[in-house]
Amino acid sequence: MRVLIGIEDSNRGMQALEASAERARESGDELTVAVYTVSDESLEETTAAIRDRITTLDIDVDIIQIEEEPGSKLVEIAEREDFDQVVLSGGQRSPLGKIKLDSVHEFVLLNARTTVKLVR
Amino acid sequence: MTEYPDDTVGGLPTPPRTIIDADGRKIEIRTADDSLEELVEMYLDFHAEDRAQGIPPTNESDIREWLSVVTRDEELNVIAYHEGNPVGHVMLVSDEEDAYELAIFVLQEYQGAHIGTELLRTALGGAAEEGIERVWLSVERWNRPAVSLYKKIGFQETGDDHFEKMMKLRLDG
Repeated sequence: MRVLIGIEDSNRGMQALEASAERARESGDELTVAVYTVSDESLEETTAAIRDRITTLDIDVDIIQIEEEPGSKLVEIAEREDFDQVVLSGGQRSPLGKIKLDSVHEFVLLNARTTVKLVR
Repeated sequence: MTEYPDDTVGGLPTPPRTIIDADGRKIEIRTADDSLEELVEMYLDFHAEDRAQGIPPTNESDIREWLSVVTRDEELNVIAYHEGNPVGHVMLVSDEEDAYELAIFVLQEYQGAHIGTELLRTALGGAAEEGIERVWLSVERWNRPAVSLYKKIGFQETGDDHFEKMMKLRLDG
């Protein structure tokens, strides 16, 4: 299975990467990370942190960067490049612990033609 | 983020307070002190359909971890008791901007008896007494009964919604 993992922040996104990596070891999934940014962290910082983690995890992952409109770009890439699944991290937590889904989650869930998996 | 409403909400009752619910049950509303254990029991009885946006968590260790965060000294917790056991809980948890996020949970057997409305009003009265001015919440936008309850109390929709509807209220301190 070809899996596209959208990561927007190196802290929150790592869970999605690690869960996908664990599965890929057993199933042989092909993983691609699409890095985008909705926080203060720059695209380069996030990308560097992800490269580090991939080295530690010792898995084979392609990395691409999304500069703008991450929701629609994720959907577009998933369709154009025949991905089977899009994986997103569960987003931020509010002060009292509620999961906050943002506009990227919403766009991808409503518009992707692939399965969408939320890791939280 | 949208601003808080200019109009303040005041005249709210404060805890402790005893009410009789729509089913004739005597309900005591008190500010929580050291209530972690009894709240754990309440949330273990919580039904899946009454969860909201990932809370309350489902297993005991996650419930404990979550409650230990929301019941820190600087937060405000108000509990509704029936025969000595918690049946409803309002929490106000501070954010980074000196405002408070609010959530309310009422056990299923106690829903629809106006306990939620009175618990919420009393907790907000307690919050005003503590000097809390700005309160916000998020609610699943298809949860119409909750949205109309929050509106009735004075929360206003902010319009910056995604999956959840954001609502804000300013208390008359």
